[in-house]
Amino acid sequence: MLDKMAATSRPTERATTQVVSARKLSLTFETNDGPVHALSNVDLDIGKGEFVSFIGPSGCGKTTFLRVIADLEQPSSGEISVNGMSPGEARKARAYGYVFQAAGLFPWRTIEKNIALPLEIMDYSAAERAERVRSTLELVNLTGFEKKYPWQLSGGMQQRASIARALAFDADLLLMDEPFGALDEIVRDHLNDELLKLWARTNKTICFVTHSIPEAVYLSTRIVVMSPRPGRVTDVIESTLPAERPLDIRESPEFLEIAHRVREGLRAGHSYED
Amino acid sequence: MTGLGDRFIPVMTILLGIVAAWYIGAYALNAPFQRGLNERAGETPGFVEFVGQTMSQPKPTLPAPHQVAVNFFENTFLRSVTSARSLVYHAWVTLSSTLLGFAFGTVLGIAIAVGIVHVLALDRSLMPWIIASQTIPILALAPMIIVVLAAVGITGLLPKALISTYLSFFPVAVGMVKGLRSPEAINLDLMRTYNASKAETFWKLRLPASVPFLFASMKVAIAASLVGAIVGELPTGAAAGIGAKLLNGSYYSQTIDMFSALVAGSIVAALLVTAVGATGRVVERAMGARPA
Repeated sequence: MLDKMAATSRPTERATTQVVSARKLSLTFETNDGPVHALSNVDLDIGKGEFVSFIGPSGCGKTTFLRVIADLEQPSSGEISVNGMSPGEARKARAYGYVFQAAGLFPWRTIEKNIALPLEIMDYSAAERAERVRSTLELVNLTGFEKKYPWQLSGGMQQRASIARALAFDADLLLMDEPFGALDEIVRDHLNDELLKLWARTNKTICFVTHSIPEAVYLSTRIVVMSPRPGRVTDVIESTLPAERPLDIRESPEFLEIAHRVREGLRAGHSYED
Repeated sequence: MTGLGDRFIPVMTILLGIVAAWYIGAYALNAPFQRGLNERAGETPGFVEFVGQTMSQPKPTLPAPHQVAVNFFENTFLRSVTSARSLVYHAWVTLSSTLLGFAFGTVLGIAIAVGIVHVLALDRSLMPWIIASQTIPILALAPMIIVVLAAVGITGLLPKALISTYLSFFPVAVGMVKGLRSPEAINLDLMRTYNASKAETFWKLRLPASVPFLFASMKVAIAASLVGAIVGELPTGAAAGIGAKLLNGSYYSQTIDMFSALVAGSIVAALLVTAVGATGRVVERAMGARPA
């Protein structure tokens, strides 16, 4: 079913420039309470320039899938390629930036030094580092906060700094694991808006894990609905919303229609039962 | 009330209580000897005079606080610092081996912690030995270290410093293992997504994250170092140092000397712990810590 859906939408573009491609991907964690099937037979293709959201209740494997792409978890069976390489090779080639649930800035580094961290590790020259720190800070609207320490910034600003850190080097793929989950709704709306603009400007491919239906619908070109026990994909929904999305698009009938389909998908996966 | 007043009054109250109890104790412990002395001399002093006598014996069982204070003052401020009777001289001798031993102990403790965190075999094997090493009473071990090292021709500062090292590496090793493992999983994952090497993860993440743990354990370690240096002076028959002063005092029942040596030791300990704490605060502030 998924293959068919992937094939019917934008077929030429998708076929040639696959950023992530998973086939029958499964991952089982062995725990003291027996095996936990975090991912079961996941088939999914993500094309270049897409904004794909993963939505589902806890335990559905959405974060695990992102971590497999990032080579932070090893699949038990099945195949996955990232930029045509194995996840391990892609990680060594620094093919992606990863934004975690918490900002995870290093408290002993100023904001500019935090953003320079990946650049230092990847051996960028000092001049190049300064230029990239400046431009990414501008991208996330944090110009002027270069010399501040993380504790001097609000939670939303810290998360923006961590996005800047993931954007600072040339990775075309951005993996975001519930980056705004810990923020209040007002800040979250604002950051969603900024993220869309940033995506439009940078032309990156974004994989975005969330458990908020409005957030998924507002941001994505495609929404992957997942469900737990075993973690699997139950539906993939193409967004019909235009590329230009003001915040009040969320009251349009089209938006509500897509949100309704996501909710249906979650219900079909028995996500509301417990 | 200001913060100073808040702390000053309770601290002074406790101090006054201790001094009062000390005076009562000095009277009670010194009275029997003084009474015998007076009987043999056939003197019958009044109560006030008798109390005065118990507080002014040259070799009292428990010297009164003012006797210790006078002795401490004379031997600290009124003597040339190179004189063998100067407490400054003895404190310096002990301090130098304390600092040397502390430096060795800190380096050794950090090295052990780095090994434990990075090498699985060391993680599994080393910790029980480290803990066992601290269960051996240092009083039993110190003479052996001194004698063995003297047999191979090493005497003076180094053997004492090694006893300090033996006591001080332990808190640093334990604290640094915890500190080097303190980064959260997402920070370690982050370094992995950058394909950072173990060395880069150590220098850029583990080591800076461990700094607060390092200073907390160095505070314990420097106090342990001082104890080690003093204990190290006891079996050597050392001519100088706070330990030697204590030992000589006990040989010749110079209780006042012993007490003022103890006071000197406590002052050195307080200064050292305060200095480590202050250095820690300066370093943490320089690393962007939120001012407390």
